[in-house]
Amino acid sequence: MGNQSLPQRMHIDLPLILGLLALCSLGLVILYSASGMDRDVVFNQGGKIALAFGLMLLFAQIPPAQLARWSLWVYLAGVVLLVAVLIAGDVSKGARRWLDLGIVRFQPSELMKLAVPMFAAWYISERSIPPGIASTVAVCALVLVPVLLIGKQPDLGTALLVGVAGFTVLFVAGISWRLLGGLALGAALSSPVVWYFMNDYQHKRVFTFLDPEQDPLGAGYHIIQSMIAIGSGGLYGKGWLNGTQSHLEFLPERSTDFIFSVYCEEFGFMGVLLLCGLYLFVIGRGLYLALNAQEAYGRLLGAGLVLTFFVYIFVNMGMVMGQLPVVGVPLPLISQGGTALVTLMTGFGMLMSIHSHRRLLSG
Amino acid sequence: MPRNYTLNDTRREYRQVRDRIIVAGVVICLLIASLLARVTYLQVFRHDHYTTLSQDNRVKIQPLPPMRGLIFSRDKVLLADNRPSFNLEVVPEQVKDMEQALRDLGAHVEIDELDLARFRTELGRRRRFDSIPLRYNLSEEEVANFSVNRHRFPGIDIVASLDRYYPLDANVAHVIGYVGMIDEPELQTLDPVNYRGTTHVGKLGIEKAYEDLLHGAVGYQQVEVNVQGRVIRVLDRTPPIAGKNITLTLDVSLQNLAVELLADRRGAIVAIDPRDGGVLALVSAPGYDPNLFVHGIDPADYRALLASSATPLLNRALKGRYPPGSTIKPFVGLAALVNGLRTPEMETWCPGWYRLPGKERRYRDWKKGGHGHTDLENAIAQSCDVYFYNLAVEMGIDAFSQSLWNFGFGHATGIDIGGESPGLVPSREWKKNTLGQAWYPGEMVNVGIGQGSLLVTPIQLATAVAILANHGRVVRPHLLDDAVSPGAYQGQYWFSDKLATPLGQTLERHYQAIIKAMGEVVQGPRGSARASGKDAAYRYAGKTGTAQVIGLPQDDAAKEAMEIAADHRDHALFIAFAPLENPAIAVAIIVEHGEGGSTTAAPIARKLFDHFLLPDHKRMADNGG
Repeated sequence: MGNQSLPQRMHIDLPLILGLLALCSLGLVILYSASGMDRDVVFNQGGKIALAFGLMLLFAQIPPAQLARWSLWVYLAGVVLLVAVLIAGDVSKGARRWLDLGIVRFQPSELMKLAVPMFAAWYISERSIPPGIASTVAVCALVLVPVLLIGKQPDLGTALLVGVAGFTVLFVAGISWRLLGGLALGAALSSPVVWYFMNDYQHKRVFTFLDPEQDPLGAGYHIIQSMIAIGSGGLYGKGWLNGTQSHLEFLPERSTDFIFSVYCEEFGFMGVLLLCGLYLFVIGRGLYLALNAQEAYGRLLGAGLVLTFFVYIFVNMGMVMGQLPVVGVPLPLISQGGTALVTLMTGFGMLMSIHSHRRLLSG
Repeated sequence: MPRNYTLNDTRREYRQVRDRIIVAGVVICLLIASLLARVTYLQVFRHDHYTTLSQDNRVKIQPLPPMRGLIFSRDKVLLADNRPSFNLEVVPEQVKDMEQALRDLGAHVEIDELDLARFRTELGRRRRFDSIPLRYNLSEEEVANFSVNRHRFPGIDIVASLDRYYPLDANVAHVIGYVGMIDEPELQTLDPVNYRGTTHVGKLGIEKAYEDLLHGAVGYQQVEVNVQGRVIRVLDRTPPIAGKNITLTLDVSLQNLAVELLADRRGAIVAIDPRDGGVLALVSAPGYDPNLFVHGIDPADYRALLASSATPLLNRALKGRYPPGSTIKPFVGLAALVNGLRTPEMETWCPGWYRLPGKERRYRDWKKGGHGHTDLENAIAQSCDVYFYNLAVEMGIDAFSQSLWNFGFGHATGIDIGGESPGLVPSREWKKNTLGQAWYPGEMVNVGIGQGSLLVTPIQLATAVAILANHGRVVRPHLLDDAVSPGAYQGQYWFSDKLATPLGQTLERHYQAIIKAMGEVVQGPRGSARASGKDAAYRYAGKTGTAQVIGLPQDDAAKEAMEIAADHRDHALFIAFAPLENPAIAVAIIVEHGEGGSTTAAPIARKLFDHFLLPDHKRMADNGG
């Protein structure tokens, strides 16, 4: 089509890209403060953002049909790698998560964050929408395999998000409310079993979540300090670089999992409104793109990725505000670190591909 | 799988997914709203609460201990200094594993058992967030070693402080005393506000007596700390007010000379300026090193000090109770003149012994042949015992003890550093109360020559001499020089005018008679200390004394045998003041087991006077003579 605009020809969605850029830029601003004004950290993170954007642009070029054809194989490869990690992975911070491939160290669980929704979307779109009982059960079972493997590492946060990624696809595909209720009941009934399989430190986190004040110098300390940071920020915040809780190191993990506390302390309630606004814009645009996909596969995958993105946000913010237990989930696009960023941006790349390849395919 | 979706199917699918996305969108909005509600709760409704917590987190109040005042002598010698030192301090609440940390520290800083024991005691006593000293006085190498490894020891840091140091060591130990770490009872009595941050307090001597002058007032600073408690910056500061520097009446050159003259003998020397009661020298030998006590003395060192038969910790000048021997005679003589029992001209026949009326027992004079006809002047100059046996028995215990009491014997002189023994002036009441017996007139014989139950301290003796030298004007001995630090210690009167004149209406000629007699002691042809008074460039007055340590048999052979044992030898005493006409220095000297007052103690007084009164000699002494 000769009359396509430049963004269309590049298969990118300008509003989404602008939203993502705004979030990443805001992230760098906060990171500068959270890292204790360390320029190297900021430049390093900027490099990772650039890389992630590159990957996003790359994946935007891959037609959804191609992604659909890869789904099964990506899923299978992911499961194999997860097994490999459990057998031969590197131990870091008490968990076996990394696979050293010689050139790069790689977390197969991150791959699963994309592979699971791809696989679920493909599986369902190949059958019927809404999915029948059989395919619902099949998808549930096949999603549970990587979830359990990741939970075994142990990496509760990622296992949860991978499960959520699969579940969102099922939900969007129209799993019946009755089945949904059944799943919820099943989850509730299986919680004692999950409890049994959880480690001591995971138990502790749950207790800490339930009552952070009971151990103010131990496990509850982080949550209390985080709530102090957020609360003391007030309406307008203490100002950029002026957060005492973060700069005096009272906040734990302040450039990664708890970066939202730093942000709340320095930018206050107004800042939170801005951030939530940006997130809502990205989510809204993402859902719009997913809804307007040509194919059921794209629609399911796109919506699943966007909903998972939201779950990231919700879990992280809920955690630092003491509403949810402490699970190692970073604040998407803001927290320091490249792994989650790359996964997310790849997902957004797919979303753009789903949207922008629409006319090409229909034409 | 063949694709056989109809258009309807696709539309249905689309609607299905669209509905679910709308549901999801609504759920997302609700969840975001719940997050915002939580943020609103924390940042708007609980803002004040969390602001307070945040402030408490970052702002700590630190006490700034004041610098302790310095102590100088009247000749401008520094007696107590503050020396910078580096101490290793631990904040217990910031140390995760104390035992491990203490073990690891050993690799960088030497920590011995004593340090550990001291630290653990403090650990149990102080609050968890207080900084507790672990090691004092780190060497430069240790400071460097630890600094490099500091990051491995959160909660442990090097703190620069000023440590008390006594440059003159043992020579002034019994005057200055020392500071030591605040102990439990002191913690109860000290002002908790002013002593926040103060670790040491005066324990003895000047350091204790003038604690409130020397300590100063505590200051505060508000500091911002990080999570490890390290100070990031100072927000507000109220500086401490340093303790006052004080000057003592002590003359260090005289003090050092007195220590030197006692050499390694035990004893005490007290020199007082009779004009104002300022103590010029106060020596108790042997001394001890007060620096040992500053950071808590090693128990082994302390045991050694306690166990020493020389009792170095005993302040003999203030606490030593000695029979005054013949040095009491001028005071008894004066009392006789005042009471009208004697005139200077009245003579007593001294055959070399005395016998109580109606009793067989003979009390010997020190001079075998006796002194013959003896008047008061000769009785004092030659120290005739028989004259005073007679006199004391005639006087009786009541008049005797009242007179001595008036001269300051039997009760504390009130010297400003305290810690005095009251000595003992026997009386009827005393004997009744302590022994349950009546006073026998025969006891007057021994008491009259300064033996028996009569006990005096060197400071009492020196003060009494000063009063005598003043012709009755009473002074209170003191070490703080109020003239140099005017008003430094208000509410204290050193001077006599407030105090009663001893011996009531004593006539000037009575003093003159006694002082003339004491002049004969050192400069008369037959004076008991004429050897030491020879060729003095000034006139002075003195009185020798030889005090029996134990009751010796009157039998000569047995007496000689017993005297061989060093611990049974007599104490040598000498009291004196100079110059005779306008006295500037009064001394009391006691050399334990020094035997002869005239041979051992009197020459010391002469050397002190020469040093103090004669500029040339003084210069010679200062040059290391």
